Amino acid sequence: MIEVQHISKSFKDVKVLDDICAIFQEGKVNFTIGKSGSGKTVLLKSIVGLHEIDEGKILFHNRDFTHMDLKQRKEIRKEIGMVFQGGALFDSATLEENVMFPLKMFSSMTYDECRERANFCLQRVQVINKNHLYPAEISGGMQKRVAIARAIALNPKYLFCDEPNSGLDPITSIVIDNLIKEIILEFNITAVINTHDMNSVMEIADNIIFINQGKKWWQGNKEEIWRTDNAELNDLIFASELTKKLKKFYI
Amino acid sequence: MSFYNFFYYIGRYFILMRRVVSKPDDSKQFFANVSREIVVIGYNSISIVAIISFFMGAVLTLQTAYNMTNPLYPDYLIGLGTRDSIFLEFSSTIVGLILAGKVGSNIASEIGTMRVTQQIDALEIMGVNSANFLILPKVTAAICTFPVLCIVSMIVGISGGWAAGELSGEVPTSQFVYGIQYMFIPYYILYSLIKITVFGVIITSISSYFGYFTDGGALEVGRSSTKAVVNSTLVILIFNLILTSVLL
Repeated sequence: MIEVQHISKSFKDVKVLDDICAIFQEGKVNFTIGKSGSGKTVLLKSIVGLHEIDEGKILFHNRDFTHMDLKQRKEIRKEIGMVFQGGALFDSATLEENVMFPLKMFSSMTYDECRERANFCLQRVQVINKNHLYPAEISGGMQKRVAIARAIALNPKYLFCDEPNSGLDPITSIVIDNLIKEIILEFNITAVINTHDMNSVMEIADNIIFINQGKKWWQGNKEEIWRTDNAELNDLIFASELTKKLKKFYI
Repeated sequence: MSFYNFFYYIGRYFILMRRVVSKPDDSKQFFANVSREIVVIGYNSISIVAIISFFMGAVLTLQTAYNMTNPLYPDYLIGLGTRDSIFLEFSSTIVGLILAGKVGSNIASEIGTMRVTQQIDALEIMGVNSANFLILPKVTAAICTFPVLCIVSMIVGISGGWAAGELSGEVPTSQFVYGIQYMFIPYYILYSLIKITVFGVIITSISSYFGYFTDGGALEVGRSSTKAVVNSTLVILIFNLILTSVLL
């Protein structure tokens, strides 16, 4: 479980996160949703320590990440896998080398064992016979899958995904969603996913947190989201005519 | 730039360098990275250094000959002048400035691109000290290869000087060879090697700094690259003055 307690973050004079409290449930798919510029990515980066927060606490299984020194943080980070918006694969390394990288750095495995594990992870995300290619030689959807393979290589306890479906077609988005859900169930990972994609939310979310103007406005599950009377959340979720009709039909 | 900003950037540079000089997370990976950087920074610069040094030596010989038309000056002084100019200044400072352009822009754009595509964030998330992982191999490779490039520059520069003197008929080979041996002070070579090693650290660390703190997109990567070259060049010139007054 990841617990966020009263965290705030400002950039110069702009308050991007304002007193956010949230619990990301263990072994579940936790989504943070919100408009562009609402503070989702800053929240995600603050949780993993890429941004230092101004106030508040972040607890990973009751371990206070905020007040840890670099060495202690390093230990927690070995339990974290992250999938970035653009994949963030290393350009100068092949797909296999990308997945092997965390294994070589932080496991006691031999080279052959690292390679075997990397191949297992690549096969798990359905990237087969492409180990020797470089990130620039594959599609965006495949890059995301390789990024997921790299993120799960060290068997993480926590998986963070920043807009995993951005720039992907609807079919590939569904493939990525299902893959994330399967992996989370298979390895009992606590996942925190940022998204704009309401299809993903409705398909695989267990817990949803709505961020608006740097504040937490709503928290619930995908059943509750249909019946919410939160105006801002309704504006976001049911923005199109199609989704408005769908809501009427569903309720 | 205000005084506050100046000290802010200087402070940020030294904080980054403190992270750079820590023990690498994985020594095998570190040596693999150093080997790769030796090729990128050192080996790939040999041809440009050799070409520039050859023509530099040739021009130096012709200019020295042009200034020594007085029959009272012996011809061998042309060789001596060329040798001292190459050993004391050209093979270290000019080669350093050339490498600031070639290597510095390459490093800043490489690390800057990694920053804007979140590859550095990915390293940090994995628990890797990204500053140490990316920058220390480059600094180490520069320390190993820049002195070699300096020696290459000396040899090729002298050869260029000899070729120009011989082909133009300004100085016969025997006089040129006597000149480059006359009153030879081996310390000049050490002085030059010390200078270029310091310049190597300056070029790689400053360029890495600008790349590491790139903020934004592709346009900012280009700007970081330019800033890296301009600032490395300025710092090289300042340190050239300091080292010359301390070492000579």
